[in-house]
Amino acid sequence: MSVVLTIMGYGFREAVRRKVFAVVVLLTAIFLFLFWLATHYVFSRLSSITPPAGFGDTRTFAGAFLLGLAMFATLFLGVVLAVFLTLGVVSGDAERGLLQPLVVRPVGRATLLLSRFLGAALVCVAYVLAVYGTAVTIIDLTGHWTPASKVAPGLDLAGGVLIVIALSILGSVLLSSTANGIAVFMLFGAGLVAGLLGTIGHALSSPGITHASTIAAWALPFEGLYQDGLRLISSNATGLTGVLLQLGPFGGAYVHGSGIRFFAVGYLCAALALAVFLFQRRDL
Amino acid sequence: MPPALAVHALEKRYGSVHALKGVDLAVEEGELVGLLGPNGAGKSTLVKIAVGLVRATRGGAEVAGARAGSRAARAELGYLAELFRFPGWYTADEVLSLHQRLTHSEGGAAERGRLLELVALDDVRDRRVDGMSKGMQQRLGIAQALVGSPRVLVLDEPTSALDPAGRRIVRVLLEEQRDRGVSVLLNSHLLSEIELVCDRVAILRAGEVVAAGSPAELSQPRGVELETDEGTRTIEGATRQDAPRLVAEAVAAGRQVYGVRVLTSTLEDTYLEAVGDEVS
Repeated sequence: MSVVLTIMGYGFREAVRRKVFAVVVLLTAIFLFLFWLATHYVFSRLSSITPPAGFGDTRTFAGAFLLGLAMFATLFLGVVLAVFLTLGVVSGDAERGLLQPLVVRPVGRATLLLSRFLGAALVCVAYVLAVYGTAVTIIDLTGHWTPASKVAPGLDLAGGVLIVIALSILGSVLLSSTANGIAVFMLFGAGLVAGLLGTIGHALSSPGITHASTIAAWALPFEGLYQDGLRLISSNATGLTGVLLQLGPFGGAYVHGSGIRFFAVGYLCAALALAVFLFQRRDL
Repeated sequence: MPPALAVHALEKRYGSVHALKGVDLAVEEGELVGLLGPNGAGKSTLVKIAVGLVRATRGGAEVAGARAGSRAARAELGYLAELFRFPGWYTADEVLSLHQRLTHSEGGAAERGRLLELVALDDVRDRRVDGMSKGMQQRLGIAQALVGSPRVLVLDEPTSALDPAGRRIVRVLLEEQRDRGVSVLLNSHLLSEIELVCDRVAILRAGEVVAAGSPAELSQPRGVELETDEGTRTIEGATRQDAPRLVAEAVAAGRQVYGVRVLTSTLEDTYLEAVGDEVS
């Protein structure tokens, strides 16, 4: 256990020194300030807006839409943090000669890799939950609106980031740091496109496009979890409000249910197992 | 008792490149073995297989009887890589402390202080790696390899960045380790260094051991040089045992003998003979 903590601390200290946290904290502060500003203006002008007949609850629409935007930003910042914490864990550190002195110690490659995962996971989960919690609090205090489900969407986002960490660590075994960073961000982008595709499919009532989007969301379960989280914040919205919210900002809000969570856990374990297997066979 | 380090019929292929072609080598307890060879001979590959960084294609390597790369083998090893780096934001003391935790060493501050003193870094123990010269970092690397008092030391070009004073420090340190029973596999380009400290030498060429033995065994007699009033002449094929007779014969012939020298080939001669015209 002490070895795991030692390696987690090693990775954490590396991130601090490389100013990864400083950049992410700065971006987060800017985002949260802008989010508060937007929330403040939207809710202060809500009473002067006359919605179309049958629209339903404007407060729910405004709150869910803004929180949806905040969830996307939280996921994006969480992914940035995850990628920069892990993109060079194997290849990058091996190229720089940092890894070899550690690998020859009686620690075990699996322990080394899983400790780096745990370190990044701890930081990223704490970060995502903190930013998501702050966004929910801002909306609650400023607009007096709370999502239908407060905790589960945050956990979905955290789960999504855990999957990105696992993919980034797997990529670091196979690719150089730069190539891995590009690959993981492209996967994240692919997930985003899949979500938007789902929105288009629902708007056009095209089962083919919707089906393709669903397959993509399961193939990249961080997107599936994000979509599920989006739906959970407005699961009590009905009528036109519900339909519009389902189209969602940056991809649709769809219920994948507990199935996506079980699948995501399996996916995470498989990605990590593959990373460990390949790392153990890799020449350094 | 198994050798401290042994490789048997070791082969390694990198695609179409046959880096090692069935190498056998053993380092016994308390023995200091030097590995020589030109670039691309397979020395670093052999070292990396021995410490578990690279997987062999065929054959095997063992450290203290345990399969190379296994946890048991790594627990007996201290290793200095040819190309390594420590995080620049760690101090010398913190680097050693990190490796103490990874090796479960209970030596604490006393061990760190002793190791830093051994490599003449005790006065910069709180200096960050970023602020150290290349030579200091290399000496810190050697101290790191000694954390936990390993039974086997594998050093890949440990003196490549060191000045003559630094090399002497490492030489003395290696001799001390040998005296303490530590087995050392030393990969170096510096023939003089190998000749000075190693009990045995293995010369690799194109993935094969082409010469092996103690530096004395590898040195071949080259004749006796006689300096007389007629000048200096070399009697080829003569040995140390022939020297008194040669002097007596010269004196009997009325020559004034000013000096006599038994000639042997140096390790450098043997090395160049073994590797041919390959550039190192």
